[in-house]
Amino acid sequence: MSSTNGRSTNVVNTDSQIARSGGDVVCDAILEAGVDVVFGMPGGASLPFYDALYRYQDRIRHVLIRHEQAAGFAANGYARATGKVGVATSTSGPGATNLVTCMANDMMDSVGVVYITGQVARPAIGSDAFQETDITGISIPVTKHSYLVLDVDDLPRVMKEAFYIASSGRPGPVHVDIPKDVFVETTTCTAPQSLDLRGYITPTAGDAALVARAAEVINAADRPIIMAGHGIDISGAAEQLFALATRGNIPVVSTLHGVGTFPETHPLSFGMLGMHGLAYANFAMGKTDCIIGLGTRFDDRAVGKVEEFGPDAKVVHIDVDPAEIGKVLATDVPIVGDLKMTLERLLPLINHHDRKAWFSQLDSWRGRHRSLDIPESPESVLPQEVVRAIYEVSGGDARVIADVGQNQMWAAQHFWYEKPRMFFSAGGLGPMGYALPAAMGVKLADDRRDVWCVTGDGGLLINIQEFNTLAAEGINLKVAILNNAHLGMIRQWQEFFYEGRYMGAYLDNPDFAAVAKSFGLHGVGATTREEMNSAIEMAHAHDGPVVLDLHVDQVENVYPMIVPGTGVASVIEDPR
Amino acid sequence: MSEPQVHTLVATVQDHPGVLTRVASLFRRRGFNIASLAVGHSEEPGYSRMTIAVEGSADEVSQCEKQLYKLIEVDSVRNLTGTAAIICELALIKIRVSARSDELDKVTRNHGGEIVDRSESSMIVQMPGDQKRVDQFLDVISGHPDAWLIEEISRTGAIAMARGSTHGRNG
Repeated sequence: MSSTNGRSTNVVNTDSQIARSGGDVVCDAILEAGVDVVFGMPGGASLPFYDALYRYQDRIRHVLIRHEQAAGFAANGYARATGKVGVATSTSGPGATNLVTCMANDMMDSVGVVYITGQVARPAIGSDAFQETDITGISIPVTKHSYLVLDVDDLPRVMKEAFYIASSGRPGPVHVDIPKDVFVETTTCTAPQSLDLRGYITPTAGDAALVARAAEVINAADRPIIMAGHGIDISGAAEQLFALATRGNIPVVSTLHGVGTFPETHPLSFGMLGMHGLAYANFAMGKTDCIIGLGTRFDDRAVGKVEEFGPDAKVVHIDVDPAEIGKVLATDVPIVGDLKMTLERLLPLINHHDRKAWFSQLDSWRGRHRSLDIPESPESVLPQEVVRAIYEVSGGDARVIADVGQNQMWAAQHFWYEKPRMFFSAGGLGPMGYALPAAMGVKLADDRRDVWCVTGDGGLLINIQEFNTLAAEGINLKVAILNNAHLGMIRQWQEFFYEGRYMGAYLDNPDFAAVAKSFGLHGVGATTREEMNSAIEMAHAHDGPVVLDLHVDQVENVYPMIVPGTGVASVIEDPR
Repeated sequence: MSEPQVHTLVATVQDHPGVLTRVASLFRRRGFNIASLAVGHSEEPGYSRMTIAVEGSADEVSQCEKQLYKLIEVDSVRNLTGTAAIICELALIKIRVSARSDELDKVTRNHGGEIVDRSESSMIVQMPGDQKRVDQFLDVISGHPDAWLIEEISRTGAIAMARGSTHGRNG
């Protein structure tokens, strides 16, 4: 809520004296940031901004979503697919409060999105005016930064700062709240060439002495392991990660957001770790003598019981955010810096080692604990099979956007991601309803790859209104509903931990294929294996949005599972 | 994990409306325990200086410093705990007195305070100093045989400054 008065850094453009409206200033800043799509829904307070979007419609595509939450998730998908900043907009009051979940989601997952919200006109602020809410007061804890712009002369600088802050360092959401009359007023000010953000440090390569120390620790380790996190994607360091693993002959596990940063079919890949990670990935974390944490915040769903997570390991942690270092794990070599630049500095110092004993141990776990085998299921189609079928039909070259819950885990487990920025899900906040709008954003950001939205039936229902956007905008998205007629992860937890007392887990679903058809989409239902396979093949071949209502086994559980609060030794593996 | 104690952090922050909200919100949501927070203008136009007394272990307070640093409007943060620093506050104490007040004058002077207001039945003492000195003075007043009654206390919370020249020092 940085009210923006009292700063002297605004630049008055005296040469040209070109007066721009506040709305035009915002549009120019969007273009300046290389962004060409804005997701949003208009309202009274943002109408002048929409008047500017009308003038800019040849350069900025406005996608009218059907609920503001979808705008934020779509902007998140846009940002994650491109590495650019996403932009979402709403009006004041209810429009703005509907974006709060999205801000919290971006914050948890370090995704750069700029939120433009309309506010009531300045004279009405504080009067409980129609659709007034103190949205900057609400957004403080869930944004990287926020502004309430009370003077149009501040707006060019604020917009430039907003895009810079959203995309630099550890990315995150930036909220700009703009009163209706500020959109209308004109200014001759332009943004300053260089921003005056004292105290905001742009990351550089990690400290050379610490990098040298890291190399010593890694080279001396007998059982090192790399834990690749979302930071690899954000920093664009997949190549450097590959070089580190292959040069040092070091196995790699990934976090949920790190999936695909290292090719998952490579012999050095040991898959995803964590609560529903592969058993051997978690065993490795228990026995390693050196954890190399790259761009990860050692989230509780990845780490589990801290005392059993690398109890004998030295920890080398490289992250752009100093507050993440030492937050969860005691760290032997703490390195703050940009991951790509830091790995460039580390690579020449890394020696190759055979680590024969370590690999024979890892491979023996991998052989004995076959976490990714899909059991026989003559009576029903298993949801894992759906993900496999999508993997097969797309040749592994599709982007997959998963929702939250069981579907998210199966989508992470049963598809082999070979490249960065191929798998997206909302891992930190875990908002159901993410996948459909996020997948729209991914597809609109980059049309070159097929995009599959893998969602549960519960999550789909949370933002199902976006079928309308999908149809209206003709977004060529494939939606695979793993329809098990339950909030599946809830059902699983009630089975495991509440002795089967199912409460609020069953879903009395509509016919999703018919719903899709009523929205003008190509909707197909499937119950048998043959129907499922041919539906997926059809969707792959079809040029346009398709919704597949895939009736899968209703009581299938996600395995393996580490019971929260326990260590890897108590992992529950598939009993079949 | 070290023992919890009160740490004194000094932050230089941009002088914007809302900065205090941001800092207070950060402390609340991350569960840091503020003992006191004092804020006022600094030597530089456009910047304020905040002194925050926060309770916690060294690790917790270190995390607190890092989180403060992440606020865009926070320019610098220093932990003055265990360093050579002046840490003091100011208290105003309204005391109900009977007729005789010479004794209170004396006690106040002995503790380095000053009587800044006198009415028929009460006096206001202005007491500067570190927290310990103010606490001691309050103990003496409460325990005094003349049965003085403390009617009101208002304390600023600590402000702090490192000893020695700032010149050539970073942060």
